[in-house]
Amino acid sequence: MDLVKILLVTILVNNIILMRFIALCSYIGMTNDVGQSIGMGFAVTFVTVMATAATWPLYHFVLAPLHLEFLQILVFILVIASLVQLVEFYLKKNIPGLYAAMGIYLPLITTNCAILAVTFENISYNYTFIQSIVYAVGVSLGYLLAMILLAGVRSRMRTSPVPKFLQGTPILFIATSLIGMAFMGFSGLIK
Amino acid sequence: MKSLWKVFKQGIIFENPLLMLMIGLCSALAVTSNVSNGIGMGLAMTFVLLFSEIFISLFRKLIPNSVRMPIFLIIIGAFTTIVDLVMKAYFPELSKSMGVFIPLIVVNCIIMGRVEAFAYKQKVLPAIFDSFGMGLGYTWVLIGIAAFRELLGNGTLAGAQVMPASYQPILFFILPPGGFLVFGLFIAFNIWLKGRMRKSAAAKENA
Repeated sequence: MDLVKILLVTILVNNIILMRFIALCSYIGMTNDVGQSIGMGFAVTFVTVMATAATWPLYHFVLAPLHLEFLQILVFILVIASLVQLVEFYLKKNIPGLYAAMGIYLPLITTNCAILAVTFENISYNYTFIQSIVYAVGVSLGYLLAMILLAGVRSRMRTSPVPKFLQGTPILFIATSLIGMAFMGFSGLIK
Repeated sequence: MKSLWKVFKQGIIFENPLLMLMIGLCSALAVTSNVSNGIGMGLAMTFVLLFSEIFISLFRKLIPNSVRMPIFLIIIGAFTTIVDLVMKAYFPELSKSMGVFIPLIVVNCIIMGRVEAFAYKQKVLPAIFDSFGMGLGYTWVLIGIAAFRELLGNGTLAGAQVMPASYQPILFFILPPGGFLVFGLFIAFNIWLKGRMRKSAAAKENA
């Protein structure tokens, strides 16, 4: 039950992009068409879960017993960067179909804030390993959802008359604001 | 000297990291529901940017091209850790209200972008000016957005009551959708400002 709650909160109530502003760079940059945003969304989901599975044990079994908590930032970012590289090599060699689908997005997500934020929050919220994995899945599904929504809105926006002073990026933020307002409606979902 | 001043000015308006280059957005919107958070984030960011640029510019001839990214990450990560620990020790409340966004400075695209595009190729002095320009460009936008949102959404500025007591705060501006709206308007304003400055510069040349 607790796990279902974590999923609901992370996908709808506390959506990582719309409510918490994390991972905005890729949200603005990678939503030119729906296919691209889906590819990016799944690549992020994949790496976030892998990164959580790698950093949680590392913190609780290595850093915490040795009292090296202050190295958390450095260690986590290096683990994530090398993990992305490994995943890229592995996919290229063994699953070329999947690599063709999301390989080009992999180098981009090394510095995606969402992944680092999730690994940090799993530690600071004192989640167990299972809870951490569920949290990672939830957050990245929320990311995927927001990406697809904006990509859809953008494809409609191309044919609609946008006021001149809002053309380009300003209108993207205004549209996001409206999507965000709709998501505020979910906040009553969890007591 | 003149070229240094130009480097400094670039970051504030023409290449403003937030409004023009569209990088480093995450932290900018999340911490701007009140002014003191905005100032704190701006300072933390400028500090990390300044020292990362100085150190990378100093060692640019020693860093091999093929492994530069991991080395940049380690240097930026080290200064982010310093900021994080200092904030936790001396400003525990500020640090708590900014939460995960302090460690997230390490993946802030502004720092990585400037280090890669500028500090790795330039001498130390231009790098210092660049980091001040970019840091200030980041900070003024942060403070601007925060002031706007806090004033309308809470009737206060940096915690002090400004609006008259009869003012009914518009909660919308403190909430996340309000942040997106205000930021969108800020970008529109900056594009307009840039267009005007270009036009007046062109008029001066013609005259």
